Amino acid sequence: MEEWKATCRLLTHCKHLFHGRSTPNFQRFCSSGCRCHFNQPSESIKPYIGYYQQELKSFSRPLVSLCMNQWNRCRSQYRLFASQATIIQRRPDFSTISSEDLSYFKNILGEIGVVQDEETLDAVNTDWMRKYKGTSKLMLQPRTVEEVSQILKYCNSRCLAVVPQGGNTGLVGGSVPAFDEVIVSISHMNKIISFDKVSGILVCEAGCILENLIAFLDNEGFVMPLDLGAKGSCQIGGNVSTNAGGLRLLRYGSLHGSVLGLEVVLANGTVLDMLGTLRKDNTGYDLKHLFIGSEGSLGIVTKVSILTPPKLSSVNVCFLACKDYASCLKLLLEAKRKLGEILSAFEFLDHDAMDLVLKHLEGVRNPFPFSMHNFYVLIETTGSSESYDREKLDAFLLNSMENDLISDGVVAQDITQASSCWHIREGIPEALMKAGGVYKYDLSIPVEKMYDLVEEMRVRLDASAKVVAYGHLGDGNLHLNISTPQYDDNILSQIEPFVYEWTSKHKGSISAEHGLGLMKANKIHYTKSPETVQLMASIKKLLDPSGILNPYKVLPPSLFTKS
Amino acid sequence: MKIMVAIKRVVDYAVKIRVKPDKSGVETKNVKMSMNPFCEIALEEALRIKESGLASEVVAVSVGPTQFLETLRTGLAMGADRAIHVEAPEKIYPLTIAKILKALVDVEKPGLLLLGKQAIDNDQNQTGQMVAGLLKWPQGTFASKVVLDKEKQVATIDREVDGGIETLCLDLPAVITTDLRLNQPRYATLPNIMKAKSKPIKKFTLQDLNVEIKSDLEVVEVTEPPKRKSGVILSSVDELIDKLKNEARVI
Repeated sequence: MEEWKATCRLLTHCKHLFHGRSTPNFQRFCSSGCRCHFNQPSESIKPYIGYYQQELKSFSRPLVSLCMNQWNRCRSQYRLFASQATIIQRRPDFSTISSEDLSYFKNILGEIGVVQDEETLDAVNTDWMRKYKGTSKLMLQPRTVEEVSQILKYCNSRCLAVVPQGGNTGLVGGSVPAFDEVIVSISHMNKIISFDKVSGILVCEAGCILENLIAFLDNEGFVMPLDLGAKGSCQIGGNVSTNAGGLRLLRYGSLHGSVLGLEVVLANGTVLDMLGTLRKDNTGYDLKHLFIGSEGSLGIVTKVSILTPPKLSSVNVCFLACKDYASCLKLLLEAKRKLGEILSAFEFLDHDAMDLVLKHLEGVRNPFPFSMHNFYVLIETTGSSESYDREKLDAFLLNSMENDLISDGVVAQDITQASSCWHIREGIPEALMKAGGVYKYDLSIPVEKMYDLVEEMRVRLDASAKVVAYGHLGDGNLHLNISTPQYDDNILSQIEPFVYEWTSKHKGSISAEHGLGLMKANKIHYTKSPETVQLMASIKKLLDPSGILNPYKVLPPSLFTKS
Repeated sequence: MKIMVAIKRVVDYAVKIRVKPDKSGVETKNVKMSMNPFCEIALEEALRIKESGLASEVVAVSVGPTQFLETLRTGLAMGADRAIHVEAPEKIYPLTIAKILKALVDVEKPGLLLLGKQAIDNDQNQTGQMVAGLLKWPQGTFASKVVLDKEKQVATIDREVDGGIETLCLDLPAVITTDLRLNQPRYATLPNIMKAKSKPIKKFTLQDLNVEIKSDLEVVEVTEPPKRKSGVILSSVDELIDKLKNEARVI
């Protein structure tokens, strides 16, 4: 066994050395590695970072002279890519950091918890896609809830804006400062507090990295109810604050279901202890839900109690090809009926996504080397009995083949094959990054209409860009990505606001699982009614009257400008 | 020509291995089992030889309890024409397996016997060599390339040895054991999985083959390798020199 593993490692290494290429597992390792140590990017992504930096420079050069004179008082934040460049102004009522502030923070956190070193700040000011960059001069790293409370109480009294940060893996610019907000990183609050082996309830601090929790639970025979590509660096507090979806949502539901309790610090420093471990608790308003998905704009999550399901031993993965989108939908319905309780993932990608992955990710294996298909579906089942699950899956596959829903397919025979199937689906974002510029949209749309948008977009953009679609079909979540050789405002104006209007018209959501962040704060009205947005603004004003928590994000900043 | 491929069911290579508390072996209950990766490579090679028209039939054989049938089904789904299952307890050592394989070769009379160079559970790396000895056939182990010449009835194989590649020419029939770099095994496609359900699996008992289970080997204890201690970050060269001198005692 060891020799086999060692030989595989050696082979992988050799491949990497000689071709600068890598195998699926290695690629995955690489990508999470990059995110973990973003300030020291690995060789494999350096060229891309350079590329983005260049883009950045050329884009902002004309603006530099314009803004230089007022640079300190009134800097402007430009959305660099991915969304139309709208400009927001730094709120003038926010203070800037003084030396008294610094000594106060050093007093409560010690020297070690106050980070001013430029290199580190550069990394935490930038989101991992390198789309958004703030200019914060200070990061605080509290270790206890009391410290978080003291920080917020002080910032609130001084009117210092704060951006809470977890693993900084968000895709909408929600986790980095827009201007010079103080970054409050919860990375050092990473202790597991308790785990109940009977009920499967895990209580931990918010800075625990998802992958560490997965590994911890694996030893106990349980799994986290969520799993996502960024698991190697994203943190549970951030997952909760953004209501992250991911690959297991179809089976285990959203975090609104599995999170049982939270401990949250409000803007004024009040610690809300809602850290219940009860499955049923109907006493008054269930306030924890306000903090799940509010992207750190209402409070900072410091502890989480979460219900985890037992780990089941039998996992099957199959990768199927379908001739058209209608077949994918019929297949989804069949899978729900025939696989029932063992269905744990139903993902889809179209021909262009597959093409992109095969072209840009080395080490990816095409399960169908001899033919191209229009659509691909990845189905995963998770159950407790190998033979029973296999029987069900075989019956479902046979039936689907007979009814012409699938044109070809492979069933993974071992874990390595299963991971290479998953690698195709999970590797799409990375392949997109390598292909050049990418405009990303994360949409919830009624499934039967979902692909119409993709087709309409292809017609609109014609040959100027490649439209790539994939996503969690089982959850009605489309990841629409428009890949271009470089970022181009003409293309962007073709995409937006069309994509938002189309989604709104079909009663979809412009943010299924990524959140609104900075990218879409002004777009909320495409999905929510004015009354709803008003109420949200009132809640924000109630919980955070000075608006210091993650400003400019989630809700349109215009709602909070003081007249 | 007929090719016989021996395949073994082992703990999946991606599973984290756990030693049983009583140290009698490795935990296999509720653990994902798969075909031994080297056996998969052997089977893939057999299928490629058949597809190139140099063989007429691929027979997959496996020795073990009933669950081994699943692994044989995987072999059939990859493309083997039929399978043979020899009912036997799970723990058998290479010499017995070699005797069983010899008995099966006597029945089936293949022109080529392909095996993985070793199974990733016990890492014994003996069965291929032993069966070649028992059959008095030439053997080519650790093959990273196999070329058959049907006319001359020879197989030319490359094997990776220290410092280079050794090329051997074997008269057929022969035993070949396969190394990692030989090929990349295919996925089992849906149509083939469905077809595999109706392919025949012939059953033999040890009595049928007249083989007795005997072993001169006894497993005394299975233990995990010692855990690697975590490293420390030193703050100065002096400290490093001190550690090298007094702790590691290398300078």
